[in-house]
Amino acid sequence: MASQDIAGSGRESPGVSFLYDPKIRGILYQAVAFIAIISLIYWIANNTVTNLQRANIASGFGFLKGRAGFDISQSLVQYTSDSTYGRALYVGFLNTLYVAAIGVVTASIVGFLVGIGRLSHNWLIRKICLVYVEIFRNIPPLLVIFFWYFGVLSVLPQARESLSLPFGSYLNNRGIFLPSIIWGDNAGLIGIGFVVGLVLSFFVARWARKRQMATGQIFPVYRTAAALILGLPLLAAILTGFPATLDYPKLGTFNLSGGMQVKPEFLALYLALSFYTAAFIAEIVRAGILGVSKGQTEASHALGLRPGPTMRLVVIPQALRIIIPPLTNQFLNLTKNSSLAIAIGYPDLVAVGGTILNQTGQSVEVVAIWMAIYLSLSLVTSGFMNWFNAKMALVER
Amino acid sequence: MANPDLSFVRAEMAGVQPPPRSERGLGSWLRTNLFATPVDAALSALAILFLAWFLPPAINWLFVNAVWTGPDRTVCSTVAQGGIQPDGWSGACWAFVNAKFQQFLYGRYPFGERWRVDLTAVLFVALLVPLLIPRVPHKRLNALLFFVAFPVVAFFLLVGGSFNLSFVETPLWGGLLVTLVLSFVGIAVSLPLGILLALGRRSNLPVIRLLSIIFIETIRGVPLVTVLFMASVMLPLFLPPGVTFDKLLRALIGVALFETAYLAEVIRGGLQAIPKGQFEGADSLGLSYWQKMRLIILPQALKLVIPGIVNSFISLFKDTSLVYIIGMFDLLGIVRQNFSDATWASPQTPATGLIFAGFVFWIFCFSMSRYSIFMENRLDTGHKR
Repeated sequence: MASQDIAGSGRESPGVSFLYDPKIRGILYQAVAFIAIISLIYWIANNTVTNLQRANIASGFGFLKGRAGFDISQSLVQYTSDSTYGRALYVGFLNTLYVAAIGVVTASIVGFLVGIGRLSHNWLIRKICLVYVEIFRNIPPLLVIFFWYFGVLSVLPQARESLSLPFGSYLNNRGIFLPSIIWGDNAGLIGIGFVVGLVLSFFVARWARKRQMATGQIFPVYRTAAALILGLPLLAAILTGFPATLDYPKLGTFNLSGGMQVKPEFLALYLALSFYTAAFIAEIVRAGILGVSKGQTEASHALGLRPGPTMRLVVIPQALRIIIPPLTNQFLNLTKNSSLAIAIGYPDLVAVGGTILNQTGQSVEVVAIWMAIYLSLSLVTSGFMNWFNAKMALVER
Repeated sequence: MANPDLSFVRAEMAGVQPPPRSERGLGSWLRTNLFATPVDAALSALAILFLAWFLPPAINWLFVNAVWTGPDRTVCSTVAQGGIQPDGWSGACWAFVNAKFQQFLYGRYPFGERWRVDLTAVLFVALLVPLLIPRVPHKRLNALLFFVAFPVVAFFLLVGGSFNLSFVETPLWGGLLVTLVLSFVGIAVSLPLGILLALGRRSNLPVIRLLSIIFIETIRGVPLVTVLFMASVMLPLFLPPGVTFDKLLRALIGVALFETAYLAEVIRGGLQAIPKGQFEGADSLGLSYWQKMRLIILPQALKLVIPGIVNSFISLFKDTSLVYIIGMFDLLGIVRQNFSDATWASPQTPATGLIFAGFVFWIFCFSMSRYSIFMENRLDTGHKR
């Protein structure tokens, strides 16, 4: 009781200012910070408005409806120079997503292989993987992009002297020319077969898991799923009589015609981002596998599991818990690094936005659009990975 | 029948035996490390094939066929390309790097003034090396000189305009000089700001916490390119009309802000790892907030996250190459710019220049990461679980 009296009387005593009350102090500090930030924002906004008026730039997003007037070398949707600025940004956004999605898949595969290779018993494999990781982790991604673009792809021979690759593909300084597939009638059935295969595999896996939980019997899920996913489209193809023909690129005097062209800008960006990010993913995978204690492996061997199932059922599920959060960061980094495309002219969101910014001078709006899009991409990716992480996380009772 | 005494006690140690023949020498090493199982053997064979395919041409290109000296592009191009090399020749054009070496270091910094850059570099190394070696005494004075006095001296030396030194405008700066200036200032600015932001994010005051979170998450969610664009295009808009800003300074602000957000997250990780008892202990001793942080919490938290901080510095160093996109010429930018120099344009020039730039970046980043491992081992007090 006495202590309370002292504490209580301390506040009342005339010698101690109310400024020494931590609560009141906190409120004061926050008020000062808040007012400072608000006045800074007001000052900036005020200056911006004045500057824009002096430069005669109309603010607002009305410019998005204007005619773009520039061409975009690679576009997944219909686009001409008569399309609007909004359409151009949309094309850029899709290109960003495209290179990021393919890059994430490649980087994950290469990263997992190299990460496991760094733990291999094989001395040679271990050292090769180590050299790969140490090289790519310590040089800037922009340099890797330049290396592929200026050092490798630009010095390939001209179209006339194209290098021929297997399957009727060609490689020259305008990129890779691959045979393209031309779908005939009823080709949609193959796609439907693929989707049905996926759905069926999902249900088979669920049923097999339930049965294993109830009875302990194991059903060969992976083989069944592979048979369903590959077999159904194949069956559909046989039934419809293979309604697809390959259009091979043909070597002309100055250029190749037909087939499908993969532009060197895309190729350089894609290869550089994948190889660069793979080095980081490899280290994450290695740390994840090392993070599973050795006792887990030994216990699993003591239960009579062979090395394969030990890895698949015991080590990897636990390693994934360590791997997933940093892996999310790497995927986001890859997506953000795809903005380096502007340096070699791959028309991604930032490159297209930069062109628009130079043409119209709408810098505030363009930067705001960039930030909004990248922020929402980050949120969506981390949201998905959080969900996946929660699914994988240890269920504690 | 006499019962012989069968008990036997050895009086001296048995001599040390060599390991069995099968466990000795090259053969055994090969067996355990390369050919343990059939799969292993196949992998090794693949790896050897890969090396045999990759290494000889690479070494040939880099060293054997390479051109080391020469006046212009003719030494690095084949006859068909207008040079002197036989057709089909391919090799590194080190003559290009040789001829442009000064430019790669200083950019277009005036010839007569380059001693100023050299002097700054000598000061930098002379202050940095004793700071990095743990055994050298007077760390506090050294750090004060390095982080407070050195930037001031370096500023007057590099920019000039006073003390009888001629003014060198920043568009003339380039090469490794810009890379190092950007990274040094980025590191020196972002570390204290990052600590403040991390404390803000862990603060009990909701308004300050919210402001910190908004800043950190916005910057971390967008690519550095957009932050640099913002710094170079929008900063002039944010200031009162008539106030202009140096381009290098704008890039510096962009890089430092970006790095601050990442460092704040790294340091927050360290703050979260400190047990609650440490905070409460400091409170019960009657320390004020700043005393508590300075004397109790931060020394422990920062020590925990040294690897993370160094990793951020490495990525900052690599990220400085992005200023090329807003039209500045750091090391990578100046190498890239020289590809289009008509005197040296040849098919071998880009790859050679990029390998050189990559090697320089690699040396810096690799030594930083080695140093971080060294410090981590040294500071390990054995309290890790």
